[in-house]
Amino acid sequence: MSTDSQILDEVVIPEYLKIDTPLKLTSGSVLPSYELIYETYGELNEDKSNAILVCHALSGDHHVAGVDKDGKPGWWNGYIGPGKPVDTNKFFVVCSNNLGGCRGSTGPTTINPETGKVYGPDFPIVTCEDWVQSQNELRKHLGVDKWAALIGGSMGGMQVLQWAIDYPDKLEHALVIAAAPKLSAQNIAFNEVARRAIMSDPDFLEGRFIEAETIPKQGLSLARMLGHLTYLSDDMMGTKFGRELREDKLQYNYEVEFQVESYLRYQGEKFATKMNFDANTYLLMTKALDYFDPAAKYDHNLSEALAKATAKFLVVSFTSDWRFSSQRSHEIVKALLDNDASVSYAEVESQHGHDAFLLPNTHYEGVFKSYMQRVYDDTLQNSKSNQGEQ
Amino acid sequence: MNHISPEFKLISDWITEDSRVLDLGCGDGQLLKYLIDTHNITGYGFEISPEKTIQAMEKGINVIHSDLNNHDICEYFDEDSFDYIVMTQALQVVSRPDELLDEMLTVGKQCIITFPNFGHWRNRLQLMFSGQMPETETLPYHWYDTPNIHMCTFNDFENLCEEKGLEVVARTVVNSEHRSTFGMRIAPNLLGEVALYKVQKKAL
Repeated sequence: MSTDSQILDEVVIPEYLKIDTPLKLTSGSVLPSYELIYETYGELNEDKSNAILVCHALSGDHHVAGVDKDGKPGWWNGYIGPGKPVDTNKFFVVCSNNLGGCRGSTGPTTINPETGKVYGPDFPIVTCEDWVQSQNELRKHLGVDKWAALIGGSMGGMQVLQWAIDYPDKLEHALVIAAAPKLSAQNIAFNEVARRAIMSDPDFLEGRFIEAETIPKQGLSLARMLGHLTYLSDDMMGTKFGRELREDKLQYNYEVEFQVESYLRYQGEKFATKMNFDANTYLLMTKALDYFDPAAKYDHNLSEALAKATAKFLVVSFTSDWRFSSQRSHEIVKALLDNDASVSYAEVESQHGHDAFLLPNTHYEGVFKSYMQRVYDDTLQNSKSNQGEQ
Repeated sequence: MNHISPEFKLISDWITEDSRVLDLGCGDGQLLKYLIDTHNITGYGFEISPEKTIQAMEKGINVIHSDLNNHDICEYFDEDSFDYIVMTQALQVVSRPDELLDEMLTVGKQCIITFPNFGHWRNRLQLMFSGQMPETETLPYHWYDTPNIHMCTFNDFENLCEEKGLEVVARTVVNSEHRSTFGMRIAPNLLGEVALYKVQKKAL
């Protein structure tokens, strides 16, 4: 977070992995082939024991650290890089764009080889399990037998949980940050309103807006405004905006009057236009979130779902996060404790709501850093025992 | 690496090897780390202070950030999940020591508890002659800033155990340097400054 580390940020160039093994999706559909875009940071060590996979949140992507060719810093650049909590001098960090995304991995904006047109709404619905399965292909491609750690916040944290359940012997540590074991009715309801906003935009054209060379800007921007609102806390909005007006007096009309209105509109607009986020991807990601419920297969018993997990866990929540509250993290911790798993838990005091997991915070940084030191010590330990075997 | 405070040494003598231990208010994790290294125990620490949580994590301890006043332990653990629940110098700072004791003996088979004795003669003398709340090496606070909101004497604690049907399995009474003298064994409630208790539920 210091300016020094900003200067050291290296320019990262994304890579692509084309996978021709058909991917059987949870929904029953099959993707005959697909591409994953990913970035890497740091060096993979000789015995390949220092690899870390970072999973991104709903609107995130593979550009997690460093700066891209346009000079844009990665979304978790504050925590990943040389000398940072996830120290790229020690670790080889990998981050890929989820399947169904719109930042380079195969998704609704890519060409469907069968039709020669963009997938748009025809892109099959993918789930967290499908993402994990596809990322496992990336793991194989990189020659990594076992990730030193999986790290993810929000939706990314859920993906980490899924990894720990689906491929228990493929990760040493799991860092589950600001996540939940499944979405609550309220979470799903927010997602549904966001989806309705997008789908009822006249420019949505049943998802075929790219072919029509338009975007459902209004709907997408509304969806983002709503989403953004759930990432902030009441306290933080109170501090940042209060009831501050744009002009110095009330106008008694329906224009933007309060600063908070202007801020939200700006966030919505930016997301739909400047960031050019794909509306179909937004629908797809929110659906994947709604479907996420690893306990469902185990008689809705999370402890049983996590019984196979052998990873060591760090769970982190933030006090003002009401989207995925601390209580939701307690559920994860409790299920892990039921299995006598190795788990540490930190409840970080923060005013910043769900967004806190991306922001500077002394306690959070301390926890993150000390836990990553433990991950590193374990990789050294594993290196030694591997050498012993040879 | 195995340098340890006298109090922690006394506690570790009561803990059997390969057991499961929960340390409530584990601080920087020193005791757990020592027990892992010397007694091969497994377990968790509960701690409320962010700084101490981080220090415990740095030692490789599994630490759960938690407020002991929130009744978390029964929420997190099933009955008899641990061989020992350890709580050092924290009984007097929680809001309901009696309720916590119940919770501890639900999730653990035995409890090891240490706390300062308010009945020590120096405390009694200070109160009697100066008419002011005692301030000593073991109780180095003013009445208005002390975290010790539920001070008790050894007798008080043993009475509570009696009421709750708890059995005192072992007791060690020491001074502030954690040494025991002949006098402390004769008149613990007058001469002892710190007590270590090991309690369990009475067999029915």
